[in-house]
Amino acid sequence: MIPTSHYLFLSLGLFTIGVIGVVTRRNVIIILMSIELMLNAVNINLVAFSRLVGSAEGHVFAIFVITDAAAEAAVGLGIIIAFFRNRETLLGDEMDLLKW
Amino acid sequence: MIPLFPLAGAALMLFIGRRLPNIGVNVVCVGSVFLSMCFAFGAIWQLIARPAAERVVSYNLFDWVPAGVMHTNAGRVMDFHVPWGVLMDPLTAVMLLVVTGVGFLIHVYSTGYMAHEGGYYRFFGYMNLFMFSMLTLVLANNLLLLFVGWEGVGLCSYLLIGFYFLRKSASDAGKKAFIVNRIGDAGFLLGLFLMLGTLGTIQFTELGPAIAAGNFAIGNGTLTAIALLLFVGATGKSAQLPLYVWLPDAMEGPTPVSALIHAATMVTAGVYMIARTNAVFSMAPRALEVVAVVGCVTSLFAATMGLVQNDIKRVLAYSTVSQLGYMFLACGVGAFTAGVFHLMTHAFFKALLFLGSGSVIHSLSGEQDMRKMGALWTKIPTTARTFLVASIAIAGIPPLAGFFSKDAILGHAFEHSPILWLLGFITAGMTAFYMFRLVNMTFFGTSRVDHEVEHHIHESPSSMTVPLMILAVLSVIGGWIGWPESLGGSDRFAQFLAPVMSSPIAKSGGETAEAAGAAHAASGGSTEYLLMLLSVAIAATGIWLAYRWYIKQPEVPDKIASNFGGLYRLLYNKYYVDQIYDAMFVNRIKDLALTLGAFDVGVINGLGVDGAGWLTRVTSRVSMAWDSWIVDGLVNLAARVVWVLSYPVRMLQTGRVSRYALFMLLGVLIFLGYYLHSSGITLQNLLH
Repeated sequence: MIPTSHYLFLSLGLFTIGVIGVVTRRNVIIILMSIELMLNAVNINLVAFSRLVGSAEGHVFAIFVITDAAAEAAVGLGIIIAFFRNRETLLGDEMDLLKW
Repeated sequence: MIPLFPLAGAALMLFIGRRLPNIGVNVVCVGSVFLSMCFAFGAIWQLIARPAAERVVSYNLFDWVPAGVMHTNAGRVMDFHVPWGVLMDPLTAVMLLVVTGVGFLIHVYSTGYMAHEGGYYRFFGYMNLFMFSMLTLVLANNLLLLFVGWEGVGLCSYLLIGFYFLRKSASDAGKKAFIVNRIGDAGFLLGLFLMLGTLGTIQFTELGPAIAAGNFAIGNGTLTAIALLLFVGATGKSAQLPLYVWLPDAMEGPTPVSALIHAATMVTAGVYMIARTNAVFSMAPRALEVVAVVGCVTSLFAATMGLVQNDIKRVLAYSTVSQLGYMFLACGVGAFTAGVFHLMTHAFFKALLFLGSGSVIHSLSGEQDMRKMGALWTKIPTTARTFLVASIAIAGIPPLAGFFSKDAILGHAFEHSPILWLLGFITAGMTAFYMFRLVNMTFFGTSRVDHEVEHHIHESPSSMTVPLMILAVLSVIGGWIGWPESLGGSDRFAQFLAPVMSSPIAKSGGETAEAAGAAHAASGGSTEYLLMLLSVAIAATGIWLAYRWYIKQPEVPDKIASNFGGLYRLLYNKYYVDQIYDAMFVNRIKDLALTLGAFDVGVINGLGVDGAGWLTRVTSRVSMAWDSWIVDGLVNLAARVVWVLSYPVRMLQTGRVSRYALFMLLGVLIFLGYYLHSSGITLQNLLH
């Protein structure tokens, strides 16, 4: 049986890649993909601990998170398309509307 | 009632006339004058139907100026009020006849003459307004209401002289007429006030009784002053020396206007006014002397100027001034009846002359210079024949109208003073000469018309020639109602007017028309016949000379002009009166205006306005400095402080999403680190 710590290291690696991707990449689509990556790292964590504890709650939460990720992808892409139509750009550092 | 029709017509024209077609304007304006003519004739008919002693109808329409109680100079207390009232008596009847009759004919004529002019409705609106004012003047039963009409006709005269207002000379002439008239009107008003203060009334019918009640002596100084002041007003309106200068310039207006206003009606208002207030004048022999002399000199003076003018209308204008001088001469020698008689006949033949000259000008496409006319007799026969009739009438050949009236005046003048008669007699000769000079230059001799114009010569339309013919008939027969007794007539005109003229004079004795008439009869026919014969002879001489010089030997006038060059130039330039007036009054007033203007610019503008402006500017600059440095400075300082303090915070707020995400991450890491640290968990035991 694969020890839980292996899952955790995998998850840590995926999450770190995701965080770095969110922080460093400029293209919003890549950022969105990095967020998916971080969510999946969380899923791995949830399933691994669920198996360690022997409870199904972790699985259930993982499924919720997948659902949430799907919804988030849909909404995020919609926002991106709307944004592109207005500003003709997808670069995150040009999205400075928050400062007025 | 009678004046209301033209008033309605004028109001209609001036408000909506622009939108009416010419035919509508004709119907309204000519119709309104026609109606008032019918009513006037009706009123005159009723008046004649009464017995001679009761031919004075006066009624007040409403109280116009209720001024209350006042004191006269003599200390009497009067309840003074001016009604808007109508007076109908034989004198008014004569004037009504002239104004509405001649006015109507001229309106008809104008429909033809003005047909191609712009501002058709405006022209007729003014004409109707003029008719209203003139009728108010004639029908007024007091001097103040007369003054209203007096000013009204002055206004219309101004408007109509300046009718072609795009032409500078026309608008200048209008202004000149208006301003010169103002000078006379000032005299009129002063006279009116003095009369009010002295007699306590300005009702015509009450003048005689008021004078009688006041027990004034003949030649009373105050009455003389009143008479002279009123006469100043009359000289302005009726173009006598020294205020005649506006009338020749007034010929800038359309010809029907010259005929209506500056020949037949308005300019005779002065004569009418003096005849109206004869009660005062006959109490002031000195004033009458002045009137007679001024009238006589004016007539001679104007006639000499008329001898050499080349503009057909200007000759007629000087002729008008001259004939008005005759009327004043008549009034001045106490023959008010003869003056009014001449007024009437003059209205007929002078209106005819002006309308005829208008017809000539019309047929020559606007040419007014007689040197460019000639030999028009066959080309425009109707105009030429009627014009000839009028010329004979004004020259004083019996039995046409001018003979009777002019002879009546000269007869009275001879009784008064042979010198005045002599001057009038010479003027009569000149009148005949310049009229026939005009006729000969225009209708006979050789044609000097431009070839361009010659092709277009045409007789005027019937709307113009029919009034000419009617006026010609009137010019022939108009004098017959004053057929003198010495020629087997009964002088019905004088009898008709006698109630108006004699009422105050009968008391004063001496200078009365009736007494004069009696003396006339007593002095026997022989003098009178002689005078008549002489005046006919001099008229004939004038005509003969004009014939000799302008038909037979056309080179003679030029020779005379060059032989007497100085005199000719003096006459041709109208004695330089315009220039003298310019130098004496106009330029002095301009100087005064310039001085006042300089005072205005230098002292009032410089010191007052500009000084105040400078002061305001300085104080405002101080206040502005305070405002911008201290007040604004404080506000800006507060803002700057905030701005400096906010600098680090502002640096964080880039607005970039990725930067915010980084901050979020850092925050999470800090909290996580703090949590792990405080709960004693290290990475080491986390892994194991």
